[in-house]
Amino acid sequence: MKDTVLDILEDLTGSDEVRNDLDIDIFETGLLDSMGTVQMLLELQAQCGVDVPVSEFERTEWNTPNKIIAKVESMQ
Amino acid sequence: MLNMQPYQDPTYFVLLAIGLLPIMVGLLYGRRFRVYETIISFLFLLLTFGGVKWEQGIALIGYIIFELLLIYGYLAYRKRKNASWLFNLTVVLSILPLVIVKVAPVMNNGRESIIGFLGISYLTFKAVGMIMEIRDGIIKEVGLSEVVHFLLFFPTISSGPIDRYRRFLGDYKKIPARDKYLALLDKAMWYIFLGFVYKFLLAYLFGVVMLPKISALALAHGGWSWWVIAYMYTYSMDLFFDFAGYSLFAVGISYIMGIQTPMNFNKPFIAKNIKDFWNRWHMTLSFWFRDYIYMRLVFFMMKKKLLKSRIAIANVGYLTLFLIMGFWHGVTWYYIVYGLYHAVAINLCDMWLRFKKRHKEKIPHNKFTEALAIFITFNVVCFSFLIFSGFLNTLFFA
Repeated sequence: MKDTVLDILEDLTGSDEVRNDLDIDIFETGLLDSMGTVQMLLELQAQCGVDVPVSEFERTEWNTPNKIIAKVESMQ
Repeated sequence: MLNMQPYQDPTYFVLLAIGLLPIMVGLLYGRRFRVYETIISFLFLLLTFGGVKWEQGIALIGYIIFELLLIYGYLAYRKRKNASWLFNLTVVLSILPLVIVKVAPVMNNGRESIIGFLGISYLTFKAVGMIMEIRDGIIKEVGLSEVVHFLLFFPTISSGPIDRYRRFLGDYKKIPARDKYLALLDKAMWYIFLGFVYKFLLAYLFGVVMLPKISALALAHGGWSWWVIAYMYTYSMDLFFDFAGYSLFAVGISYIMGIQTPMNFNKPFIAKNIKDFWNRWHMTLSFWFRDYIYMRLVFFMMKKKLLKSRIAIANVGYLTLFLIMGFWHGVTWYYIVYGLYHAVAINLCDMWLRFKKRHKEKIPHNKFTEALAIFITFNVVCFSFLIFSGFLNTLFFA
């Protein structure tokens, strides 16, 4: 699961920073914008089977690779 | 009867201090006096919407009943079914009063609609946000007292910041621990003090002392002149300090009531690009547009594969967002051009960011390029405010 999420993030941010630093703030650093966020949610839905409505998406709970992995794992 | 607009004159602040004192003491001792809070909220609403403004008061009551019917009606429906058309209809109905208020002056030679009142757009944002979250199944139940307090929360009623139901409710239901509350009070005092500096010193200087003189000189000269440039910068400063000052008051007063209303501005003039700017300027509005319009639209377009290219989807998303924002400000050519201008600017910014990502090694990055980026963004933004001000309309067409 961890790898799937990291693959998605790496693909969307176009950078391996998300793999090297699992606590990097993807919004602060500009790695992921709103467009990228929506793509991430769609990919998570397709590849991990977790359904996150846009309004459930609270940025402060999804801003690092580690937090995203934890979220996805808790929702499966 | 007495009538006072929020945060306009010293008496209002004196009344606030008296009215809020018991709430403050209560919270310090771990108590929320709900009945007292409700009475005080009602009195302050009466102060703003009563007296000579009684017609607005009636309009406000009618509006609240209308939105509550929609929220409860949709909530009851959503528990059983989830059809898109009914959701869309509910959203359309919930923004209908605002649309009427915005369109009426255009139809009636500038006469305001009788169903309008101060702050209708901010209440609409709150109500529509709730309906969308009910659809997503995130809001499952709505307490009458809670929703009325949320919609009519008096510190933010006239111009935001725009809070969200679930966030507000979290604060409203709990009583902050004493050390946390003391820290909140500390911040509140600082915000209110800073608000005075912004609104009654700086905004006064730019807006009341300088702007009318510069405006007269620009009009006397006619057409493009250096005075128009001076107007642009002065107006931008006035707009920021006036609105940021107001927002600081609203946030500070909320904190005193134990409600952590989100901040509206975060040093917008040091933004490095237009995207960064919208993350710093009128944040609760831009985040509302981001979360409830842009992201939903992009999500929908990508899921239904309406457009092939990701870039095209992002462009259409931004154009829709800023056009709606333009119309929301009012149905005049300069508000709509302001929206279009920002849509173009943010799409160009995205193009540049993509280019920069691809050519990382070749593009220099240092203190100088950062300063240049801030300078360019600042000027692009100030020019947008010149459009927004309507002064070009006065200068060339009126």
